[in-house]
Amino acid sequence: MVNRVVVGAHYGLRDWLIQRVTAVVMAVGSLSLGGYLWLHPHPGYDGWTGLFASAPVRAFALLFLISLYYHAWIGMRDIVMDYVKPAGVRLVIHVLVILALLLYTIWSVQILWGM
Amino acid sequence: MKFRIYRYNPETDAAPYMQSYELPVEPAGKMLLDALLLLKEQDDSLSLRKSCREGVCGSDAMNINGRNGLACITPLSSLKEPVELRPLPGLPVIRDLIVDMTQFFKQYHSIKPYLVNNDPPPETERLQSPAQREHLNGLYECILCGCCTTACPSFWWNPDKFVGPAGLLQAYRFIADTRDQATSERLDDLEDPYRLFRCHTIMNCVDVCPKELNPTEAIGHIKDMMIRRMV
Repeated sequence: MVNRVVVGAHYGLRDWLIQRVTAVVMAVGSLSLGGYLWLHPHPGYDGWTGLFASAPVRAFALLFLISLYYHAWIGMRDIVMDYVKPAGVRLVIHVLVILALLLYTIWSVQILWGM
Repeated sequence: MKFRIYRYNPETDAAPYMQSYELPVEPAGKMLLDALLLLKEQDDSLSLRKSCREGVCGSDAMNINGRNGLACITPLSSLKEPVELRPLPGLPVIRDLIVDMTQFFKQYHSIKPYLVNNDPPPETERLQSPAQREHLNGLYECILCGCCTTACPSFWWNPDKFVGPAGLLQAYRFIADTRDQATSERLDDLEDPYRLFRCHTIMNCVDVCPKELNPTEAIGHIKDMMIRRMV
């Protein structure tokens, strides 16, 4: 195979936009949690279970976590693109990162709905 | 005044080194290039590029006390001693302060820095209204000195794939031009994860540009247009 510089995979804009949107979701989530802790400084076990008993809170918590994982995927991919040049090694790292983030997503669902 | 200058002649030196110079010069009213030319009278092996000596040609771009700039428009009195001069970072050194700009110009050429218009040429000129022409201000003034692109960490990391701030500013100069008909192709060309989106808004480019242009803003406008095209 000839080893030429290849560019032109058309997902630059999409990933850049998703990174911005997920950042907004995380900012809203972090501020909401900060606000909750400001109003209820010491929630305790009952406070936390009470908060997460509500379905919208769980749904938003999952949205927050999925945003975090997707954001992390783009960030990790950017780092790998800068520092890991061989395409094979890069692909393996990409797959491992994706699999780990998918596992975290499943784990997050289990934690949020298994309480 | 005291100077420390990066010296490297690949034909005779095993490795680059910093050489100290002392120049009896009154800094008031003089530019750094004046001092460099006086130093060259002392030591004619000192190599640098220069041409117009008034900030128009962009030949004497170099790293001045850790910051990219043009020697010819940098007042000597503004510099802390010893004045450390190095070649532009991120490009191969040919000799002393002279770098090989091939990669920089390859990226510049890759954005097709010319008007693409398939209509038959009119009798006189392709006209623009003053308002349309206004959009080119802040874009066309770039002198391609390379200060911004060689100050950009994204370019240091991926010089073969990331266009760099100078090239992207010029890309937007043609995207913004109402006489150009290749807008969509130009946007397609930049819509990959490397060519434009390696820009992480570090803004070194804006910080160092000797013409006070704003490549980051131009990159933002290109992203805006891509989004408007997508939704």
